[in-house]
Formats: sequence, C-alpha cells, structure tokens
Amino acid sequence: MKLLWQLFITFARIGVLTFGGGLTMLPMLKYELVEKHKWITEEELLNYYSVGQCTPGIIAVNTATFVGYKKKGVFGGIVATLGMVMPSLIIILLVASVLSAFIDNAYVGHALSGIRAAACALMVNTVVTLVRKNVVDIFCIVVFLVALAISLLLDVPSVAIVFVAGILGVVVSVIKRRRAAK
Amino acid sequence: MIYLKLALEFFKIGLFALGGGPATIPFLSELSGKYGWYTQQELTNMIAVSESTPGPIGLNMATYVGYSTAGILGGIVATMSLVLPSIIIITIIAKFLASFSDNKIVKAVFYGVRPAVAAMIGTAVIGIVRTSIFMAGDGSFTVHIPLLILFAVIFALLQIKKLKKIHPFFWFVAAAAVGIIFKL
Repeated sequence: MKLLWQLFITFARIGVLTFGGGLTMLPMLKYELVEKHKWITEEELLNYYSVGQCTPGIIAVNTATFVGYKKKGVFGGIVATLGMVMPSLIIILLVASVLSAFIDNAYVGHALSGIRAAACALMVNTVVTLVRKNVVDIFCIVVFLVALAISLLLDVPSVAIVFVAGILGVVVSVIKRRRAAK
Repeated sequence: MIYLKLALEFFKIGLFALGGGPATIPFLSELSGKYGWYTQQELTNMIAVSESTPGPIGLNMATYVGYSTAGILGGIVATMSLVLPSIIIITIIAKFLASFSDNKIVKAVFYGVRPAVAAMIGTAVIGIVRTSIFMAGDGSFTVHIPLLILFAVIFALLQIKKLKKIHPFFWFVAAAAVGIIFKL
C-alpha cells in the first residue's frame, strides 16, 4: 500500500514539474526514479523510454505504466499512470474554466491572437525538428512527401496513413536486408 | 451521448497516436472537422495553453478538448480514454517482450511510420497556421500582416541555438504582451 501511494505521488510530482512532455521530462524521471527512489536503473529507464516512444500514446504515460507495472504489477501500472494524469486534469480544468470566463474580454482576445501566432511558430519549429530527425533517407523522403500530399489534398483518415506507412516500412526493411545479404 | 463519443474518439487517439503528444494534433484537428466540437482557432488556443501549463502536452490537450466539448466530466472522460490503450498495451509488452524496442519488426514498422507521422503533424500545423494567420472572421482568405510578422520573428528567433531552450511559456507571455500593446 505504501509503495502504491509512493508511485502515485512520485508520478504526480513528475507531472506537475514537467512542462512539455516527451524528451524534456527525461532528467526529471532520472532524478526521481533512478537516483531518489532507486526503483529502476538508468539503463532500464532508457529502455522503457524507447519502448514508450515506439508504442502508441503519450510517452510520459507509457513510461509511468512501465515503471508502475515493474514495481507492483498491473495495479501498480494503473496507479502510477493515474498519478501522472492527475496534475494535468486539475490544472487544465482550472485554467480552462478561468479562461472561458474571460474569453469575450477585448484584452484577452488581443493577447490570444498574439499567443496563437507564437503557438504557430513553435509548432512549425517542432515539425521542422521532427522532419530533420526522422526523414533520413530516400525512402523516408518519399513516405514523407506522399503522406503530406495525401493528408493535404485528400480526406484520408490519419489512422489509415499510419497503418500503410508501417507496412511499407516493414516491406522496405525486408528488401534492404535481402539486398545486404546478397 | 457526447461522453461515449468522446470516450471512443480519445480511445482511438490513444491507440493510434504514435510519437507522443504532438502526434495527437492531427487527430484533434480531424475531430474538429468531424463533429464541430471546437474550431481550429479554439484548438490553437488549447495547444498554446497545454504547452505553457505543467504536465505532458498530450494529456493537457485531451483534458482541455474534453472540457471544452462537454465540461469537467468531458475532460476527465477524454483524458482517461486517451491513457487506457497505453495501460493495456504497455502492460502486455512489459509482460511478454523484454526487448520490444530492439525487435526488428518494430524497428521496421517505425522506419515507415515516423516520416508519415511527421507529414501528418505538418498537415495539421499548416491547417492551424492557415486559420490563425490567413483567415478572416467569416472564413475567407486574408493575410493578418501583424500576426504574420510576429509569427516570422518568433520562428526566426527559435532558430538561434541559445534561444531554443527558452520555455514556450516565455514566448506566449511575450506574444500576449505584443498582442495587447498592438491590439492584434
């Protein structure tokens, strides 16, 4: 019981102290899980992290489920995840209800216009970073451009694009390996 | 039954959004078109708030979108539905596959998925930029020149290495101030 509570509180604290998610929370996870509680080793953390990145869902949540499961089974995974989720729920619900009360105020409107322009700049920057990191060879460039064209011009669900791209990834990897074997 | 719809849609996002928080953006943008629960402009506000408040962006956005669609319970339903697939999938993987991320098939799948996800996020962002900077109140095409300048200046500043580590919140505060001063 004490361990469950610790899992919950630790991940809630990580949630409160993380801005952004993804890679930005790695130092925080390392401090809390490896150094402070010694629940996992640094190597395990990196393993969980890379699994969290290549499974669907929010990376922070996936890591929380992983660590919770390792310490206390299925229930531990659920409790750690709930701990991770709690700060977002509370903080966003508070901010959202306050913001919606002031949304018709002229100053808030001007501020939000500026904020939207900044949000756009940050998002475009994220996309540029993602492309630099993940579009690494000719196959990737082709997939990127075709997926971009399809999603811009046609009304194809994102799920279908992810699915087909995954299959193509396997096919091309197999062909590559065969060629390398020859 | 709006809660059931929210639960189903966010469960689906949790199941298919590969690549963490930003990967949920194309799905959220699709939802706005499909149900009209919120506009692209509102979605951009929600993304900005999610980036500047504590907690993983993906969770923050789910809570916010759920809240703006169906109130507090909506926020809770959306967030819980988003994490449910993670809990199931990770528990299974933790049980059976010790070296999931080193698995050749997993690597091959991601080799194809990553560039596609980058493209889809790109498309969603293009849509958001269009509604935020290139659209008049009635939906017709226009160019908000002051907003375009602000956008370009911030984007340019983000390319400077030393400024990259600045927290998004700082940019939003600065941009909000510019917005109020110049009545954007």
